[in-house]
Parts: sequence; structure tokens; C-alpha cells
Amino acid sequence: MATLIAIPIFIGLAIFQSTVVSRIPLLHGTADLVLLALVAWALQERVKTHWQWSIIGGLLISILSAMPFGVLLIGYLMATVIALILRRRIWKVPILAMFTTVFLGTLLVHALSMAALWLVGNPQPFLEAIDIIILPSLILNLLLAIPMFILISDLAKWLYPEEIEV
Amino acid sequence: MLMPDKRISIEPHMFKFTTSRSLQTVVLILIVIGLIVMALGGYLSSLSRIVLNPLISAQAWLYNRYQAIQEFYTVPSDLVRLRQRNAELEAEVARLQSQVIDLQGQISEVDVLTTLLDFRRAHPENEYVSASVIGRDTSPFLHYVIINRGSDDGLRRGMPVVTNQGLVGRIDAVLPNAARLQLITDTDSRINIRLKQSNADAVLVGQVTGDVSLEMIPQDIKVEAGDLVLTSGLGGDYPPNLLIGQVTGVRRHEAELFQTASVQPVVDFTQLQIVLVITNFQPVEISPLIPTPSTP
Repeated sequence: MATLIAIPIFIGLAIFQSTVVSRIPLLHGTADLVLLALVAWALQERVKTHWQWSIIGGLLISILSAMPFGVLLIGYLMATVIALILRRRIWKVPILAMFTTVFLGTLLVHALSMAALWLVGNPQPFLEAIDIIILPSLILNLLLAIPMFILISDLAKWLYPEEIEV
Repeated sequence: MLMPDKRISIEPHMFKFTTSRSLQTVVLILIVIGLIVMALGGYLSSLSRIVLNPLISAQAWLYNRYQAIQEFYTVPSDLVRLRQRNAELEAEVARLQSQVIDLQGQISEVDVLTTLLDFRRAHPENEYVSASVIGRDTSPFLHYVIINRGSDDGLRRGMPVVTNQGLVGRIDAVLPNAARLQLITDTDSRINIRLKQSNADAVLVGQVTGDVSLEMIPQDIKVEAGDLVLTSGLGGDYPPNLLIGQVTGVRRHEAELFQTASVQPVVDFTQLQIVLVITNFQPVEISPLIPTPSTP
């Protein structure tokens, strides 16, 4: 159930990302809702399907985007690794873990994207990309981190209800 | 038999009473007639004003109080009815507003389609398939859009895409019912162009900022702001003479081999809604003909 529900959620997020979010840029940077959702999911305490979510989200976005296939999937899997490490280290402050993971995950996904474009012969100007794409995207992702974390927390509580000892 | 005498006798005090009553009546009638005559003559207007004003004020006060009391008892039922009516009207307003937005969208779409139809009539040499833009690439590094037509509509990879204003890009990937097109602003886009005024060839390159610029302009060519930029058709990727934009500035350094120039595209890529795919143009694959260092 927790894995299957990822499919409609990520389809909805990918469509929303493509039709609405990509048309509301900050300079040329845009928020990455799929990254935010899967990071927030991986940070939930009782969740065990984080890898499945990362693969589903990564595959969907890879199909939709013109980025070399698999780059975003790898980026999302690495962001999930960061989330899992931070979940163990700062488990008492999940919001802080969310901010840190979103910060590192956004930089990682964009660095991988630039590296992949460079490899396929489409290098991006580094400083310009940082100024007008990476930093604005980072700000947008950090702004949306809390609302996404709250939504995903509610979903996790619904799918993984807390066990009460009688 | 003698009958008793039945003659009525009138007492003096009764006669006095009857006379005084008649006199009073006559006096009253005369007073009334006098008052009427005086009123008709307008002699009583000031007097009547003095008398009637307090009466009118009292009447108005009483009427208002009565009205207030009546409203106090009757408004609750009216309030319910008014609220119900208000809700109905608000629903009607919302429905009409939605209809207005819908119709405005249709008008805008019809305007675009009419312009595209004019463009199609003006360029009968090409065959077109119109498509709506339904999304953009999720990566901010790439300038691609998704359209709602695909291989089922005859679209193939490499087909050029235009609007009534000018060149938009070309089809990059095709699905049965959708296609992804690369805009000319993408950093991986390279288009062979011709400057209309000087007839010089150059290469149009997309920028990460979403702008486009010209590279490989020979140093001996005089380029000025306002020069029109058209596709040259070289390389076989695009048909010739499609309008791209205007030169806005030139950068020339003596030490460099080529000049560069910035170009303002004629198409507003942020407002892209409907595009035309040129379906009777097949790009030519010339890469096998390009010599490589290993070629003898």
C-alpha cells in the first residue's frame, strides 16, 4: 500500500511540477517537488519504503525530462541516502534534518545534472548556473520544505499508525 | 259623556331651551362657513401651519416607531429569505464568473488560432499540425516544452516548430499522443542562420539565461542592431527563411576570429500556448558526411 500510493502521488507531483511550478521560476530556478516529497518520506520515523519511493519518483521524472536518462534517479537515490543518515543522527529534530537534506540534496541533484550535461557535450556556464539556477532553486526548495514535510508526515501517520501498547 | 281636555301646553322654560339650541346651531354653522371661506381665501394657512406641524411631527414619530416595531417582528423571517436569496445570487455570480473566465480563455485561443490560420494561408508551401503546449521540462537547466500531439498525428523527431511570429524549435522526442520539443533558447540548440541585410551566415546558440546569441560571424561583415535573423537551411535541420529575431547588440574584438551578437527572438517563449509543427519537412542527417580526423 505504502509503495503503491507513491505512484499516484508522484504522477500528480510530476504533472504539477511540469505545468505549474516550472512556470513560477525565481530567476531561472524552480522548486523540485519530487525531491522534497521523497526526502520528507525518507525522514519519517516508521517508514520503510523510502527506496521504492525514490525509484518511482526518479523514474517518472527521468521519463518526463530531457535530462540524460537516470541522472535524476541517481540524484534522488543519493538524496535519500543523505536523508537516512540524518534520520539516524538528528532523529529528535526532524525539521532540521529536512532542511539539511533539502539543502544538500538540491546541491547534489543540480551538480549531477550539470556533470551529466557536460558529459553529453552541453556544458553549462558554472558561475552563471549557480547565480540564476542553483541558488534560486535552493531557496524555493527550502521555502517549500516545511509544508511538504507536514503533508508527508500526515500521510505517513495515516499509512503507518502509531502502535499503542495495552 | 264629556271627553277630557287634551290640549298640550308648552312650558315657557322649554321654549327658551329650544330657541337657544337653534341659535347655537346657527352660530356654529356660521363659524364653520366662515372658517371654510377664510381657509379658501388663504387666511388660515399660517394658523394651520402652527397647528398642523406638531401634529405631523407626532404622526411621523408614531409611524416610525410602529414601523420599527413591525420590522422587529417581521425581519427574522425576511432575513432568512434574504440570506437564501443572497446565497443563490452568490452562486449565480460564481457560475457567471467561471463562465466569463472560460469564455475569455476561448477568445484568447480563438485569437491565437486565427493568427496561426492567417500564417498558414500566407505560407501554403508547408503542411502544419497545430498543437497546444501542455508542460515544460522539470529541469531548470533545459528549455524544452511538451505538446499534446505525437506520432499518431504524424509528428516525427526533428520536425521544425513555429508560431505565426517565427521559429520556436524542433521536435526532440515523440510519444503516440505527445511530443517534447527543444526550444531555440536551449543551451544545446545550434541553428545555422542568415543575416538578412548582410546575407552573412552565422550560428545561433541558446543561453542558460533563456536568451539567444549569434556566434561565428566573420569579422569583415558589418552587423548592426535591427538586422533580421533568418534560418539559412544549411545543415538540413531547418527549412530556410524562417524568422528568428532581430540583432540587438554586437560585440567585436579585433583579436578574435569572429564577432558575436545578441538577438531578441520574435517569439515570447514565456507565453507559448499554441504552436505549428511543419510536417512536410524532414531534417537531413549529414553527420556521416562530415569529415573526422580519422577519415582518410
